[in-house]
Amino acid sequence: MTSIILVVATRLIFPLMLMFSLFLLLRGHDAPGGGFVGGLVAAAAFALFAFATSVTRARDALGRSTFRLIGVGLLFAFVSGLPGLFAGSPFLRALWTSAELPVIGKLSSVLLFDTGVLLVVVGVTLTIVFAMAEADEEEEE
Amino acid sequence: MLRTGSVVLNAVLAAFVLAFATPLVARHVPRQAGALAALLPAGIFVWLLNQAELALGPGVVERWPWSPLPDVTLTFRLDGLSLLMALIISGVGALILFYAGAYMQGQAQAGRLYALLLAFMASMLGLVLADNLIALFVFWELTSITSFLLIGWHFQEERSRAAALQALIVTGGGGLALLAGFVLIGLVGGTWEIAELAAQAGTLQESGLYLPILLLLWLGAASKSAQFPFHFWLPGAMVAPTPVSAYLHSATMVKAGVYLLARLSPALGGTSEWSLLFMVTGLVTLLLGAWLSLKQDDMKRMLAWSTVSSLGLLVTLLGLGTKLATEAAALYLLAHALFKGALFMVAGAIDHATGTRDMRRLRGLAGALPTSALAAGLAGLSMAGMPLLAGFAAKEFIYEAALYSGGSVWLLVLLLLAGNVAFVVVAQQMTLRVFAGTSLRIEGFHTPGIPLWLAALAPGALGLALGLLPEVTATLAGSAARAIYGAPVTIHLFVLPGSVTPMLLLSALTIVAGVLLYRRRMQLEPWLNWLDQGARLGPERAFRRLVDWLPRFAERVTALQQNGRLRSYVLWIVGAWLLLLGLTWALRGGPGLPSDLLLRLSDLRFHEFILVLVILAGLASVMRANTLLTLVVSLGVVGFGTAIVFLLFGAPDLAMTQFSIETLGVILFVLVLYRLPGMARLSPRRTVLRDSIVAGLAGAVVTLMILVITDVPLVSPLKTWFAGASEPLGHGHNVVNVILVDFRGFDTMGEITVLGIAAIGIFALLKLRPGRNVGDGKDGP
Repeated sequence: MTSIILVVATRLIFPLMLMFSLFLLLRGHDAPGGGFVGGLVAAAAFALFAFATSVTRARDALGRSTFRLIGVGLLFAFVSGLPGLFAGSPFLRALWTSAELPVIGKLSSVLLFDTGVLLVVVGVTLTIVFAMAEADEEEEE
Repeated sequence: MLRTGSVVLNAVLAAFVLAFATPLVARHVPRQAGALAALLPAGIFVWLLNQAELALGPGVVERWPWSPLPDVTLTFRLDGLSLLMALIISGVGALILFYAGAYMQGQAQAGRLYALLLAFMASMLGLVLADNLIALFVFWELTSITSFLLIGWHFQEERSRAAALQALIVTGGGGLALLAGFVLIGLVGGTWEIAELAAQAGTLQESGLYLPILLLLWLGAASKSAQFPFHFWLPGAMVAPTPVSAYLHSATMVKAGVYLLARLSPALGGTSEWSLLFMVTGLVTLLLGAWLSLKQDDMKRMLAWSTVSSLGLLVTLLGLGTKLATEAAALYLLAHALFKGALFMVAGAIDHATGTRDMRRLRGLAGALPTSALAAGLAGLSMAGMPLLAGFAAKEFIYEAALYSGGSVWLLVLLLLAGNVAFVVVAQQMTLRVFAGTSLRIEGFHTPGIPLWLAALAPGALGLALGLLPEVTATLAGSAARAIYGAPVTIHLFVLPGSVTPMLLLSALTIVAGVLLYRRRMQLEPWLNWLDQGARLGPERAFRRLVDWLPRFAERVTALQQNGRLRSYVLWIVGAWLLLLGLTWALRGGPGLPSDLLLRLSDLRFHEFILVLVILAGLASVMRANTLLTLVVSLGVVGFGTAIVFLLFGAPDLAMTQFSIETLGVILFVLVLYRLPGMARLSPRRTVLRDSIVAGLAGAVVTLMILVITDVPLVSPLKTWFAGASEPLGHGHNVVNVILVDFRGFDTMGEITVLGIAAIGIFALLKLRPGRNVGDGKDGP
């Protein structure tokens, strides 16, 4: 049950949604947005991709297992807490650099933390969506 | 003397750490692993001997404040009592590991046994060295846990698992009572430091909580030291390998309860309640154990019941609490650890060599196992209280303490005599019955390795050495007795009595009666069996009933609350919440509704009014929905409507998240829609009515709460603080995000961890289902 409209629309919307997700992540510290919402948007993008094509192709597009995303995300969040610890402050104390990069803005341990949140949210949501969709596909076979 | 060193702490910690390294050692050098592991307790033993002069004199104290609570410190004290106990623990420990190296030869997982034995030893050392009740309690529980693991060593066998669980429940339950008792002691005495509590004995004993404290202490000590009515777990524990039985369930762990009574005796002892409680418990246990030890044919079970009896004797002496009684207790503690440990190891060696522990099938082993026979002989003579051995002095002092106790002297002497006669019989069973006589041919006999008899011979010989060196024994036991009695004590010992005393006559009488009883034991059997009928109604039966009943009760409660229907779970949660909140509100009262409620309603703008109508219409549609599709769409209307409310009232982050969640929700519904059963009305009208009432009430209460809460002017400094600190401290203008990733970053980290775990759980539910019934709407996501 693949509709042409869905496929074509997805081809256009999918990259836009991923960019929007990144946009939400980067601006989150100063304006509405952040890792959590960004993660949900990215997950929705991949879910849409899975509908339009198949779960297998969506997994290929993702390139990593969803569990690895969760693991890497948790690792990012944990690692972002370490610099504070080595600087003699409590674990997870935010550290900021003064260097201002184009697009990304100021580099900080907080950005790494929020990226970790994003990855975990994407991983969790897609784990559930893919598992359900796969159960669906198996049934159809 | 206060010392800021860390030697004791390091010794205990090192034992724990090295314990976990032993399996690795055992993998590389399986044959020598036991002996290598024995080096650690041996080292500790030597170190303790090195410290003896200091310990017997002023004592050594180390204090480690590890918790923010000022009273909860890790305080260690090395005085006469803890030195005696620690020497027994490390000395017997070294022998046991040496012995276990041969006993477990060639068995898989032997390294794990050494590791557990060392971990137990570390816990036990901590227990006897701790001078803070909380620290002591932690080590107390650690010994219960390691004991549980060791009793259940043959975990493939149902019998072992049951015995391990029984021991854990009994000693663990007693541990809980003990904790309650310690808390009460802390409340009354204002400290958990044992040394400081001793100075407050008056305050503790005059307090109204004294009796509850005493009873809780009794529960803890009696369950650990297998006193009546908790005695039944100890013989069950004999399913463990013999090194374990010899170490934990004879020489050390079961002494923990006795040790605790001794340690707290200066603070809590000396009252008539103390004496009554512990003397009665001890005497009942002494006689019960003595009687049951007579009718056993299995060597280990006989020794186990005899141990129960010995523990009863120690509790009796501590209950008596006179100066002579504490001296007797210290002497007997030392002598018993030596002879009972040796006898257990002999029993294990015989079992290893012949494949049986049944004394009816054993005879004349002296020729085949001469060295074990020597070890058993020395230990047996000490147990029987023969002159020249350590057990003799202990027995003399026990009778002397009874004769000068001041109460009903002859009754006490008679009961102690009965118990001691049984010890003499057991000593003969372990020596004459097994080793003497013409030898039997036993199938599959093999000569045990050197450690199996050497480790048993060492404590046996030490019993003789201590008997021949009365000054050493007197110093060691006297210093321990001083800590128990709380005042200076000097023991005068002698190798051979210089004159005939009443005690000597009683000792002689004990031995004569014991020998006679042993010779006539065949005629006793009908008696013992007849008395046995009563034992079937004992406390073990009550324990079994309780253990059977508890899971059934829990099952019934669970079945009521968690019946597998999602709707009933929601009802329980919402209902309980409503009940608690409603009760609090009704009982405590609360701020009333704002008076200008109607006036404020007129502030409602037109588009807000429309939005409310949309949400309400969505809700009505949810309740009337006839197909799943209608239901999903209607729920979506409610969800998106709520998101718009967030947006209108200044929470864009929340609104955005809600939008995304709703979108993903629709995606998930689409996935499972085809797989759900058709829309059906499952509940009868009455249930629907009940659910509506609960839901309506819950909604009303939440609305009221919000109205009341928003009416109270909020003076929390948090809001302004976060708003003000967000930019300068968090480098961000979005306060919500700064809180999430910076100020409360640790919470967020916990939440994403939970999310990840939940995803794994859902994945497992979807993928590992037994049939192909995913998404039947019952408990899917």
